[in-house]
Amino acid sequence: MTTATAAAAPAKPRRAKPLAALGLAPFGVYVFLFLALPTVLAVGTGLFDRSGNFTLANLAALGDPVILATFGKSVWLSALTAAVGALVGAAVCYALLGVPATHPVRTLIDALSGVLAQFGGVMLAFMFMATIGRGSFLVAWLKDLGFDVYAGGMWLYDMPGLVLAYIFFQIPLMVITFSPALGGLKPQWAEANLTLGGTRRTFWAKIGVPVLAPSFAASYLLLFANSFSAYATAAALASQGSQIVPLAIRAALTSETVLGRENLAGALALGMIVVMAAVMAVYSRIQRRADRWRL
Amino acid sequence: MRLLTASKATRAAVAVLVGAFFLIPVVFTVEYTFRDKGGHSLVHWANIVDPAKQSAYQPIWTGLANSLTLMVVTVAIVLLVLAPTMILVNLRFPKLRRPFEFVALLPISIPAIVLVVGLAPIYLVVGRSLGTGAWTLAFAYGITVMPFAFRPIQAAIDAINLTTLSEAARSLGASWPATVWRVLAPNLRPGLLNASLISVAVVLGEYTIASLLNRQNLQTALIVVSRQDGYASVVFTLLALAFCFVLLVVIGRGGNAGKKRRRS
Repeated sequence: MTTATAAAAPAKPRRAKPLAALGLAPFGVYVFLFLALPTVLAVGTGLFDRSGNFTLANLAALGDPVILATFGKSVWLSALTAAVGALVGAAVCYALLGVPATHPVRTLIDALSGVLAQFGGVMLAFMFMATIGRGSFLVAWLKDLGFDVYAGGMWLYDMPGLVLAYIFFQIPLMVITFSPALGGLKPQWAEANLTLGGTRRTFWAKIGVPVLAPSFAASYLLLFANSFSAYATAAALASQGSQIVPLAIRAALTSETVLGRENLAGALALGMIVVMAAVMAVYSRIQRRADRWRL
Repeated sequence: MRLLTASKATRAAVAVLVGAFFLIPVVFTVEYTFRDKGGHSLVHWANIVDPAKQSAYQPIWTGLANSLTLMVVTVAIVLLVLAPTMILVNLRFPKLRRPFEFVALLPISIPAIVLVVGLAPIYLVVGRSLGTGAWTLAFAYGITVMPFAFRPIQAAIDAINLTTLSEAARSLGASWPATVWRVLAPNLRPGLLNASLISVAVVLGEYTIASLLNRQNLQTALIVVSRQDGYASVVFTLLALAFCFVLLVVIGRGGNAGKKRRRS
């Protein structure tokens, strides 16, 4: 009898559940059509030839030395800009430590970071072309001072230019993702360190850095993923050539055959997804570890 | 707390060095737009509103109009599809919260350039059934903004007692639509507002999907115009930068106001 009443209590909402579940349908259909399906199609096209037969031939393209070198450049670009962005961004977070969230400086930096991290890549490319393109005021000025920026050739539209422009959006993203972790440092820890005879140095060496290390690593991976998947900046700066993987996908999409292969875009997309999945898997593991200190 | 904070000298050094890195491009970009045959003038800014030059800038106005349409439809997707589903999941399917979060944040892990490879065949079908109007691109944008829109909405949901509010409204005789529209939505307003503004900023700057699907939006138009008139594109870039900045200051203000209200 008691079990019957116990079962009856949750029965009422359960009866209404099918109707409520119907409410999930629009979102489910939407995500299926515009997220799941495109992803499967993108990755899937790499596995089929033009006549629709299953083939692994396109995947062999991922072993092509040219493609491998492109992936290498993409990884190098992402690792480098993420490292610079993470270190400088962390320095900004450190400098902001203790500034209350409602302080005008904090509001300003939060807003600026938001703008610059989200700012469209095309417009970013324009800004850098205006600033240090050929014939720019800055370049002429530096030349007058005896410093020729382009002594070694024009680098703005190649990898060094990409590094410079990418750092411009990596630092703000680091500020956004890392400052909550720094805000999680508890004053009590600093006090405990003091009462135990510690100094500022021992605080950072024994408490601050070890506690923040997982958050820093997680933010670094997020930055890596961010620049690995970035396209617009590179597309606008490097209008020709396919130095990095997203540009190679552009080349594969806009011309029928690259390297004499069909569906190369799909194979490259698959390669990108594999790298991104690996990075994000490590990211979520580290993030879980970082959350341990946020109680 | 004194022990934790950086010294004045460190703060100043970081502010000057990092500030310079971000200010220099902005300053020299502004300088670039004032150039006039060796000297400086406002000619490139005046050109934007000059009726005689309008044919050259036509792509930008078309692109801007398309981008505005896309913003409206994308925000509609966020507010009418994402937000109600999140309320439903939190109220009735708490077990689905983790999987839902995973799906909502998934687009971060899928680069737009990868998504576009799969979106190309889908938009062939969309074009046949819904036409090739600019607004259809918002279906793709709704996905790209989802992770950014999810966080503020979820934060707003976590900050209020969703169950109590909805049960109170229901027991006072409100229908479900009335509960969501007149009780829950006003309480979630800061989160919904932030999600909408971030979506607007992301849609304004989107280039990858539009350009590879051969659509026209503000960013593709900037590229087209820059081939004839480099100055105009830079002027519009600065205007967009200023617009996004104001937008995000509004978000920051809203967030702080919300915090203050909650504390009192």
